[in-house]
Amino acid sequence: MGVDNALIPARAAPPVSRLAWNRLDLLWLVVVAALLAAGMLKSQGAFSYRWDWGSVWPYFVKTDSVTGQWAPNLLLQGLMTTLRLALWGMLMATWVGLIAGWMRNHPRLLLRMVASAYVMTVRNIPPVVFVFIFVYFISNQFMPFLALDQRVSALPVEVQSILTVFFGPMELINNFFLGLVCLSVFSGAYVTEIVRAGLNSVPSGQSEAVSSFGMSHSDVMIQVVWPQALRNVMPSLTGQFIQLIKDSSLVSLVSIQELSFMAQDVQVSTQRVFEVFVLTAAIYFCICFVLSQVFAYIERRHGRAH
Amino acid sequence: MTPPLIDVRNLNKWFGQHHVLRDIHLKINAGQKVVICGPSGSGKSTLIRCMNQLEHHQEGLIYFDGRLVDQHQTYLQDIRRDMGMVFQQFNLFAHMTVLQNCVVPQMRVLGLSEQAARERAMQLLERVRIPEQAKKFPAQLSGGQQQRVAIARSLCMQPKVMLFDEPTSALDPEMIKEVLDVMTELAQSGMTMLCVTHEMAFARRIADTMVFMDEGCLVEQANPEDFFERPQSSRTQTFLSQIL
Repeated sequence: MGVDNALIPARAAPPVSRLAWNRLDLLWLVVVAALLAAGMLKSQGAFSYRWDWGSVWPYFVKTDSVTGQWAPNLLLQGLMTTLRLALWGMLMATWVGLIAGWMRNHPRLLLRMVASAYVMTVRNIPPVVFVFIFVYFISNQFMPFLALDQRVSALPVEVQSILTVFFGPMELINNFFLGLVCLSVFSGAYVTEIVRAGLNSVPSGQSEAVSSFGMSHSDVMIQVVWPQALRNVMPSLTGQFIQLIKDSSLVSLVSIQELSFMAQDVQVSTQRVFEVFVLTAAIYFCICFVLSQVFAYIERRHGRAH
Repeated sequence: MTPPLIDVRNLNKWFGQHHVLRDIHLKINAGQKVVICGPSGSGKSTLIRCMNQLEHHQEGLIYFDGRLVDQHQTYLQDIRRDMGMVFQQFNLFAHMTVLQNCVVPQMRVLGLSEQAARERAMQLLERVRIPEQAKKFPAQLSGGQQQRVAIARSLCMQPKVMLFDEPTSALDPEMIKEVLDVMTELAQSGMTMLCVTHEMAFARRIADTMVFMDEGCLVEQANPEDFFERPQSSRTQTFLSQIL
């Protein structure tokens, strides 16, 4: 009987159940359900609110009195504006953040100072105060100069209807633009810091290796550093985009006609506070949840290379 | 007599107040294989990195192929093109496949078409004996395979000299041999090589000149037989007794 030199062959692992329910979990479930039921019973007497969804739903979609067909009402229009703000806001905030993030790490002192000043200002003022200052300053000083509504009304009707799809009703273009720029500048500061973290996260050996080939500095950055930098911070970036959608509700304070603003409007007319805001919350939840699933998919496909 | 390919004269470098390279004189001819050894902190890596100006020297002159190597020269990129460098940490582009790692520098720097770049890349991947890994990402390869890709990537640029900065120091022992085999074959094919390494057996096999550095000074320079059998300086003798 000699020593067997063969290795022990590998076996399949013992099965692991994915739902690790056991008796203790079931006991917890029963206890929590019992507490909830007891709480609801007790509060029946005190909680005398009568839910009335019927009066709120028409504000989402109404039946047009003239044509008899379904037409979007306030809440749905607000939702469309929020979606437009979200889409364009993400695009603009990304560009603001990329440029400012590049400036933050630049060898030239002036660029660094400008970008640092921008980030520090935005991050150290509460969002509400920032929105008020920014919007009223821009709307007072800058919008008359831009004269967007006049330029747009001078365009042919076909162009205007295409623009309406992307930017909302043309008579509100000033309003929309204000909200968009405010949101982009605000979110851009946070994106800047994320981009900067990404640039710092690429090991210096990567750019050294590229320099040693004789590649120009811009080639080094574009081919090797930026792709890795952005992949490394993709979770933070996508998280900031979700945050931007929620931050869009801030611009309701300056009468930008997005979903939160409309919700307050409807709430005032119907006096149905809970129904209106629960519906609004559900809509925001759906948007953010769907987007976060999309981002999770993108991260899985194109995330960190290692 | 042909001028040396690399001519280092009176090189001095400081990191802040730390005098890391002290009056280095070194001449390397085309086809010569030079191995630099020495204790850590002796400035070996810094010397090699000064050759292609990944570190900038404060005093002294470096000539490559008759041209002055200096951080301010507009042709520094041209000089770097002719020098291939292999790093201790491989430094492969993590977001590109192995093949793309070899192809992109050729296309961006040498201006080759993708077709030509691919052909050359596959030839060199076969030379380092990993053509089947072409579509994989660096993270999916072992350390030895990654380093061989790094060598292939540098060779794709058809450099005049290959600089090796401790290429096997980050590898597991069983992978060191495969990389050293590639480097040996490269040496036998006539490439000029400047190598910083602790692998003394390998150095003895392929080097034309052994250089010993200690505390920033170039202490001794000799052919391998004289270096290992009859080291002149006492510091060389101490170092060799520690590692052999």
